[in-house]
Amino acid sequence: MYAQLVETGVKRVKALEEMSPEERAFQERIDAEIKIEPKNWMPDAYRQTLIRQISQHAHSEIVGMLPEGNWVTRAPTLKRKLQLMAKIQDEAGHGLYLYSAMETLGACRDEEIAKLHSGRAKYSSIFNYPTLSWADMGAVGWLVDGAAIVNQVVLQRTSYGPYSRAMVRICKEESFHQRQGYEILLHMMRNGTQAQKDMVQDAINRLWWPSLMMFGPSDEHSPNSAQSMAWKIKRQGNDELRQRFIDQTVPQLELLGCTAPDPHLKWNEARGHYDFGEIDWSEFYEVLKGNGPCNHERIATRRKAIEDGAWVREAAVAHARKNQKKDAA
Amino acid sequence: MTAKHDLIEYLLRLGDSALVQGQRLCEWCGKAPALEEELALMNVGLDLVGQARNWLEYAAELLDDGRDADHLAYRRDERAYRNLLLVEQPNGDYAVTLTKQFLFDAWHFQVLHGLSSSRDERIASIAAKALKEVTYHLRRSSEWVQRLGDGTEESHRRMLAAIGELWRFTVELVTGDEVEQRLAAAGSAPEPADIAAAWKARVADTFASATLPLPEPASHFYLSGRRGLHTEHLGLLLAEMQFLQRAHPDASW
Repeated sequence: MYAQLVETGVKRVKALEEMSPEERAFQERIDAEIKIEPKNWMPDAYRQTLIRQISQHAHSEIVGMLPEGNWVTRAPTLKRKLQLMAKIQDEAGHGLYLYSAMETLGACRDEEIAKLHSGRAKYSSIFNYPTLSWADMGAVGWLVDGAAIVNQVVLQRTSYGPYSRAMVRICKEESFHQRQGYEILLHMMRNGTQAQKDMVQDAINRLWWPSLMMFGPSDEHSPNSAQSMAWKIKRQGNDELRQRFIDQTVPQLELLGCTAPDPHLKWNEARGHYDFGEIDWSEFYEVLKGNGPCNHERIATRRKAIEDGAWVREAAVAHARKNQKKDAA
Repeated sequence: MTAKHDLIEYLLRLGDSALVQGQRLCEWCGKAPALEEELALMNVGLDLVGQARNWLEYAAELLDDGRDADHLAYRRDERAYRNLLLVEQPNGDYAVTLTKQFLFDAWHFQVLHGLSSSRDERIASIAAKALKEVTYHLRRSSEWVQRLGDGTEESHRRMLAAIGELWRFTVELVTGDEVEQRLAAAGSAPEPADIAAAWKARVADTFASATLPLPEPASHFYLSGRRGLHTEHLGLLLAEMQFLQRAHPDASW
């Protein structure tokens, strides 16, 4: 999930009879599956939750360019380089859609980005892990984009219209990235040398658990989920989505001829699902708090980009003003 | 020198310049001054690496020695690389990056324009497709030269510094060599003199609208990308770009 832990600021979900007439009309609209649009009335907490969630999602797209940007100069063939460049370009585009969707809620892009840079806003924990080999480009595409898709497919039905529409467009491109990522790994496993095969297994070993963490804390530790579900911002629980991801990913893992770094991973006939081991939640919360392997570098890079680019943006504004004056004269 | 040899040399020049320029743009990933620029830089880079692949594929076919486009890109050393010295220069600040892009685009546009009516049909078709992309590149970089040249005091100052840094390498853009003369005589490539004249006019025009003084024409420079005599920057660029292919020469990716 690109937005893992979103505060709603709401302790308890209100029943319909406790609501003001406006709130009630809003909730009835949600319950009837009618999309909320920018000009509609909405509870302030709904607006703020969405701003947090969509901005977190947008920030994730942008910070998510960095682990891949780390390998774009070193991609091993022209075809792989082109694929990676196209993917990164798509991600920048996704960031733009999402910031636009967020702005329909009255939030300001620059302010939200400033929050990211000062550590007050989050982005997906996954992008705090380093990309250490070329196989990571395949594993990120397959596992990370795969986890994002499981989450985003559901978000296509989210209650806020602009967010839902952004998800429809984004999902199309994401599934393409995921297939490309998988194909990178499959190619290395089927046609590769032993060194390449080892690279693939090592990438999976490092990225498997962090990908499972993308779905956020388990439902019992997800106090904000109930309200998000009632507002239909979220449509399904974290654990359900995580289980879906595992169920669909394990056969792909087997097709690769690789293994997961989880001794408890096993098909459970009775449940009709894969059982799997316990996530290291202390690691998850540490990464989310800023203590992950690359948190520092990621934010430093983004902050530097925006600070170093200030004079460029100022020049663009100054030039546009001069042109406006010329046109007016 | 045979006509085929000339053609291969020329295709490598086109391919290598596009590739090295694209590689420099990749270095900007995640570090651009605005999100819209992230998108644009990767977009332009993608076009250029795609063009490089087309030129190198054609060169590999003519070479017919078992090497393919990837082999040419990833296994040639700097002495065998044929790119313009301009494009291998470091990105510097955004003024250097955009000035480099503009000076290159203005040249690239004229070259591709000429090549799109090449007697060699393969060249003409690659160039026609690339010309559409480079028309956009040139529009974009020209607009940025104007914005930064005629923006704030600081942006103007940085543009002057960028031009001061890069101008000496433009001598390669306005001088052809015997290979290009022979290809032009055969109708395969445009006349270097025509490229030079159109490039100068375009640069003069854009600099004037950007309130930037046009420097005196660059004089002879001792190195030559065409002959594989590069600045010290290319070796490092290739070390990074080629490392996986070099480390795993028997691998397929």
